Amino acid sequence: MTATSPIPQQHIDCSCRLPLFALFGGAAVWLALSSVFGLVASLKFHAPAMFANCACLSYGRAFPASQLLLVYGFCIPAGLGVGLWLLARLGRVELAKPFLITLGAKLWHLGVLTGFIAILAGENTGHEWLEMPRYASVILFLGFLLMAVWAFVTHTRRSEPALYPSQWFILAALFWFPWIFSSATLLLQCFPVRGMTQAAVAWWFAGNLLNVWLPLVGLAATFYFLPKLAERPLQSHYLALFVFLTLIVAGTSTGIPAGAALPAWMPALSGGAKLLMLVPALALAAVVVLTLRGSTAPCGGGPLCFTKFGAWSLVIATVLLALTACPAISRVTDFTWFSHGRNALVLYGFFAMTMFAAMYFILPRLAGEGSVCPHRVRAQFWLSMLGTLLFAFSLVIGGVLQGLKLVNPAIPFLDVAKSSLMPFRISTLGEALLLVGNLLFLFNVGFALATYYRARCRRVFTDATATLEPAGVKS
Amino acid sequence: MKSAATIFLAAFLALSASWAAFVLAPQLQLGREPQAKATGTDNLYPVARPGLAKQGAEVYRSLGCVYCHSQQVGQEGVKCEVILTEAGTNASVTLAALAKLNTELGQPQTLAALPKVLMPVADVPTAVPIIKAIAAVGAKAEARVTPVGADISRGWGLRRSVAQDYAYDSPVQPGTRRFGPDLANVGLTKPDVNWHLRHLYAPATEIKGSTMPPYRFLFEKHKRGAKPSPDALQFADEPGFEIVPTDDARALAAYLVSLRADAPLVEAPFTAPTPAAPSTNAPVATNRVASLPYTASELLKLPESSK
Repeated sequence: MTATSPIPQQHIDCSCRLPLFALFGGAAVWLALSSVFGLVASLKFHAPAMFANCACLSYGRAFPASQLLLVYGFCIPAGLGVGLWLLARLGRVELAKPFLITLGAKLWHLGVLTGFIAILAGENTGHEWLEMPRYASVILFLGFLLMAVWAFVTHTRRSEPALYPSQWFILAALFWFPWIFSSATLLLQCFPVRGMTQAAVAWWFAGNLLNVWLPLVGLAATFYFLPKLAERPLQSHYLALFVFLTLIVAGTSTGIPAGAALPAWMPALSGGAKLLMLVPALALAAVVVLTLRGSTAPCGGGPLCFTKFGAWSLVIATVLLALTACPAISRVTDFTWFSHGRNALVLYGFFAMTMFAAMYFILPRLAGEGSVCPHRVRAQFWLSMLGTLLFAFSLVIGGVLQGLKLVNPAIPFLDVAKSSLMPFRISTLGEALLLVGNLLFLFNVGFALATYYRARCRRVFTDATATLEPAGVKS
Repeated sequence: MKSAATIFLAAFLALSASWAAFVLAPQLQLGREPQAKATGTDNLYPVARPGLAKQGAEVYRSLGCVYCHSQQVGQEGVKCEVILTEAGTNASVTLAALAKLNTELGQPQTLAALPKVLMPVADVPTAVPIIKAIAAVGAKAEARVTPVGADISRGWGLRRSVAQDYAYDSPVQPGTRRFGPDLANVGLTKPDVNWHLRHLYAPATEIKGSTMPPYRFLFEKHKRGAKPSPDALQFADEPGFEIVPTDDARALAAYLVSLRADAPLVEAPFTAPTPAAPSTNAPVATNRVASLPYTASELLKLPESSK
């Protein structure tokens, strides 16, 4: 582990295999299940009487269940898996204690399963983005700690001392999540604070999760894979540092909605932070444009397309967030489908797409050549891209139209509710495309894992049969 | 960014600043806030919900009602007016005093048909010296505060929601979406428990074209026997059957009826709409609070959760 004798790339990938298979495999399953429940929830708006006799499929349970699976089931494990691989690859070091990290991943998935069942059974905590009950939160927290500690140990053992921008983002994210998650769990579920303080804590947590943690992890991947796939150096480390610092300073305070029933300085401070988010958004746009300038690498629906689409989605989503800092705009967009659409743009458009790219890059290195079929990757790109565009933008536009009617008291509320149904139908179409894309992703990941294990079994089998012959000769 | 320590330091500084602002500060500012008194009365506000309504809040949480219904009312501002309620014994002195405020008010017809809106003012503190000046000549005036805004016009509340309204709710469910109407004051606009039960079972029967899903799993459907259940709901389109609400349904309805933020507070003042001809000079707000369907002992009872 000294700088003089670099560890072969295969050894590093080999050390990552078990934990990453656990993280990616689980993430793919949860993502597909999340889309199923998301679709069930959306259908409620098309046919309200559907499943009227089933409590666990009511909108108020199916929707948070699908959100939980998307954020905690897919985004966080996928992000951790990619982050672990980047830490090992960039530090030129084997992953420390892969077995314990795998155990952490299994614990995490167990926590997600527990939370998922609890929400369907009605144990929802009532705090958005933190719906799983206390017992599930504890399992999730332990799982995360187990993975984060060994990720950090891996980092300290690195043989390449210079830090690449991706490593800053991952290290900050490893530090960020335990703090926000433990604060929110302790103050909302273990020792609940009183009244609106709960809402402030929950909004603070959600803002940090959506506007800091996910961008940190996603950008770590973007800043590694975008230059790699475009075959151009990252332009530039200083701009990346600027994105990093402005993102953590502004993003962490963006959670409080404008009209919240809290002392006025809180929404005002949060509004200022939302406006400041323009700075990292524009800096990120500059990084992407400058890095891709002059690149001749073909896109063609491969991982580069996913990464580019993801980065631009984050830029647009952050600009949309900054727009809501203006009271005249937030007055219209608050309480509508708008935030829903923006969240979809962050979760699907940015984070999931960036992770797909990273996983499609990493999986062949872990599971062997030929384990990921480029045609199916391309098919998934088009499905996910179209699905995300339809899903997110119809909700954003529908939200604005809905909001314009909502602020006009002359229009009866029922008309407002009904007028948003048309954009919502388009968004459901997008959701259906996403479901197909996510099923294809599940198939691709499953296929890669199966390819690896089949090859391994075959090797074991040939070894076993090979040793039998001399034994037979001897006797 | 040469080492992990610098990164952790930057992350620590950024996160601890927002933690102090949005976790610590609200706890210090709101976490120990005592009960307030409704303006102009000795009534403490808010009061803890009655037992069944408290159970209903759990049902509301468990069914995820918050994903479609907000419970927070906003307002864009207030309309504040000075109203003359009594002319006093000496009309000419009163008119002279009014003329000092505004020459047009010096006309004798000002004193006809009281109570009368004298003038709009910016806020209550601006109104106080005017009211004092009028009181000095033996007449009586008061300030009327009317919140304005889209939510208020929709009848979703009498005033904006403030942190005090949620002091005894855990978890608080302010919500961020309005795919259904705001429910912060649904107990004021729809005070009938049976209406809520019928609406939960089949929303479209109560509100034509409602987009709300029916919550039939909160009810039991029986063939009507010799002894009909006293709690059963009657629906014309289901003859021969009775629909009996479960405990959850009754609790949820009790909770919905208990949702009302109708006390004027210092931070959110309002005056309830004046009846056409008030028979009393007492501030209208007092009547409003006194007419709450709580008994006096319930209003005075201190809430259980005061930790």
